[in-house]
Amino acid sequence: MEALKKPARMEHLEEMLAFVSTRAREKGMAEKRILEVELALEESLVNIINYAYPDKDGTVEIRCVPSGEGKLLIEIRDQGIPFDIFSMSAPDLDAVVEERAVGGLGIYLIRQLTRVAEYRREGRTNVLSLLF
Amino acid sequence: MEIRKQKTEKGMLVSVSGRLDAVTSPDFDKEMEGCIAGGDTVLVVDLQGLEYISSAGLRSILAVTKKLKARNGKIVLASLQNMVKEVFEISGFSKILPIFSSKEEALSQL
Repeated sequence: MEALKKPARMEHLEEMLAFVSTRAREKGMAEKRILEVELALEESLVNIINYAYPDKDGTVEIRCVPSGEGKLLIEIRDQGIPFDIFSMSAPDLDAVVEERAVGGLGIYLIRQLTRVAEYRREGRTNVLSLLF
Repeated sequence: MEIRKQKTEKGMLVSVSGRLDAVTSPDFDKEMEGCIAGGDTVLVVDLQGLEYISSAGLRSILAVTKKLKARNGKIVLASLQNMVKEVFEISGFSKILPIFSSKEEALSQL
């Protein structure tokens, strides 16, 4: 299993996305699908960067877990406040521009672009598991 | 991300290429605010060269749309490619924003 651990800060976002897209490319994923993987990853990581550690610095770890042929399983782990992002409500996709709020959109995109997206708490660790 | 601006008779043509994400969207916001502050209220945003967008980028586009509407202005988008086109469709943004297949078509509709 390959892993990358970085401070949960925006300046490390691109490096973390590149780490995963390199693994996806090694698995022979199509370029468009790799961009979708990056999108789901970005939405998950930005959420952790912005909200997981309100009062202190912390880290985020990305693990590429061995999975079946043609599949990519990513675990994103942080030791921030417990937060199940999938408990958020879905956005209203039919709202007109003036009424459109974008909260929840990132989480909606994660759900749409993954085969399975699950949250669990392991002791003091948030684990977000994304299967592509 | 790279942004190029070109004044046309119909409005400001803004060409965005590269990635519009959580890292680059603040720069996009600044450029758009610059346009609006400079009195440009009709924008054609050409996304031909944009290869990636995330919700941060969508949020930026929505923000500039709202600002322009408040000033009786207008924004139209053109030439969405592959992944960007898909994200607009999944998110419902293709239903709430005017999108054209090319910048020429977008300009002709203004």
